[in-house]
Amino acid sequence: MDKFETLYEALANLDGFIYPNEIALNWDLLIVMYPYITGLVAGAFILASLNRVFDIKALRPTYEISLLTALAFMLVATMPLISHLGQPFRFYEMLITPHLTSAMAIFGFVYLWYLMVVLLLEIWFDYRYDMVIWSGEKKGFMRFVYRALTLWVLDTSPESRKTDEKIGYFITVVGIPSAFLLHGYVGFIFGSIKANPWWSTVMMPVIFLFSAMVSGIALVMFIYMAVNYLRRQKTDIFCLDTIAKYLFYILIIDFTLESLDQIHRIYEADESFDILKLLVRGKLFFTFFIMQIGIGTIIPLSVLGFLQFKKPRERIRKILYLIVSICVLVGIFYMRWNVVIGGQLFSKSFYGFTSYKVDLIGGIDVWLSVLWFVIPFFILAFLLWLLPPWKKAEELPHE
Amino acid sequence: MAIEKKNFSRRDFIKHTSMFAGGVVFVSLMNPMKVVYATKKPEGKGKWYGIAIDIEKCIGCANCARTCKIENDVHKEPFFFRNWVEQYTITNDDEILVSSPNGGIDGFEQPVPEEDIYKTFFVPKMCNHCAKSPCTQVCPVGASFESPEGVALVDQTYCIGCGYCVQACPYGCRYIDPEKGVVDKCTLCYHRLKDGLDPACMMACPTHARIYGDLNDKESEVSLFIKEHNCAVLKQQLNTVPKLYYNALSQEVH
Repeated sequence: MDKFETLYEALANLDGFIYPNEIALNWDLLIVMYPYITGLVAGAFILASLNRVFDIKALRPTYEISLLTALAFMLVATMPLISHLGQPFRFYEMLITPHLTSAMAIFGFVYLWYLMVVLLLEIWFDYRYDMVIWSGEKKGFMRFVYRALTLWVLDTSPESRKTDEKIGYFITVVGIPSAFLLHGYVGFIFGSIKANPWWSTVMMPVIFLFSAMVSGIALVMFIYMAVNYLRRQKTDIFCLDTIAKYLFYILIIDFTLESLDQIHRIYEADESFDILKLLVRGKLFFTFFIMQIGIGTIIPLSVLGFLQFKKPRERIRKILYLIVSICVLVGIFYMRWNVVIGGQLFSKSFYGFTSYKVDLIGGIDVWLSVLWFVIPFFILAFLLWLLPPWKKAEELPHE
Repeated sequence: MAIEKKNFSRRDFIKHTSMFAGGVVFVSLMNPMKVVYATKKPEGKGKWYGIAIDIEKCIGCANCARTCKIENDVHKEPFFFRNWVEQYTITNDDEILVSSPNGGIDGFEQPVPEEDIYKTFFVPKMCNHCAKSPCTQVCPVGASFESPEGVALVDQTYCIGCGYCVQACPYGCRYIDPEKGVVDKCTLCYHRLKDGLDPACMMACPTHARIYGDLNDKESEVSLFIKEHNCAVLKQQLNTVPKLYYNALSQEVH
């Protein structure tokens, strides 16, 4: 009985009718974290690419931080998914015997492509010269570590640096569609489920992509400020202004796309509309209207919009940017929540609802989710210690 | 090797990206509009199982659901069903009430007074064994599959328990077994079919409201039933091509 206690509670609190097998909520908080973390990776990477490919110089101070943030989160991106499996130790089956008609089966390959080919290579080419220099400065074990990280390519000639730069640039160019692929693909996992009208929309990959950019940019903005605060360094306000500008633009696109999706649903009002209307107005009211739209979208849009026209003092702007980045991060989390949990709260019979209670004390999924969100920050701290962007050599002058 | 980023970076980016996108489009054109379904109807004389349920004959005893739990060792808790019965009541005020307490196993109550009832009926539910089953389509490892006879099955020794198929089934016919951590569903008692026996639910039905058989054989009981009755399937618009046909199915049933 104990094991099923929450299910009996859910059974006692049903609204209307749901299929008996739907009482157990199949995808819990961990599956909310999965698109959230993946989105942060894709977004952070795209911010780095803005600097490199589109040559937006104001973003230079965040270039390495963006890449390392993307890597730190990428390393744990699959963990929520794996730890959610009923048979976690069989996860490798997805890689060795992928069933190619499944949208989920390709995730492992998209992930590996992105991690190995894009992120690691780009970081390696970006840091290779510096790692050679650092290996010369360090002694003992750390000397060996940096040597090993260079893969014993110890050439420090200007030509080799130019080659690094050129290949790095090419990888970034490949990386942008890859980042689009990574997160658009995660959206497709949900958007292609025709059984679920809340998910099944062709807009889903696009919405996921833009919300990913929004969250990744906000995260880098936050981390950039936090790192400078911890290092007692001055934050480059021009850089922050530029990040905020892009955050503002992409947030507008994101909000427009999501609104379009909702307006389309409301106007078409197909057979699922009645139940979805009740869902949004009832069970999702707080997470959708207050958290996702209010805190996650309206407040940041208003603040950032205001800052495009009026520039208050630097200190005030920094505080506003800090608040905005946190608001956006919270808002996008709730966007994922509304998709993943919201999509399971109503019955596919369209006659009722179940409920999902996050059991903060007993819920293993909650602890695991927190764990998978906190670990990347430790990884990032380690990466920043190992590969400090502020100790990198001067860039080669562009010819 | 000069890096002239400034001069052509955007153009270069667009060039690379469009080459990549063009490649993707080209590859997809090689195999145009191929539908990614997992199974195909067998050619030749192989069996192709279908089911028919006569709603007019169902008395809501839920013997089918009860027998299924025993035959297939399904958990007794009211959250796991391979097979259940729903009671629909449509009132004179056009209100639609649906219930399925413990899948119907504990019996049904009718809370609406008789004079307020427009119509009421029972709908037994089970896996539709769709010909274009979305559940087998989405399985990332191919543990969910269709037998050559068109029965949707799960290899539980291979299933990773991701639950994607549970999300993909429009009929709520799948659940994750809380002990095994893998998905479970109706197999049309495949273990019995293989031995020439009828599925447990078919045998347990006291009014013969459930029929199953080979849809390829146009003289089989199920084929003749579908021919003679005005049958419908659930959620036809999703194009899952269910092979579970209902006689006298009301449009309120989802």
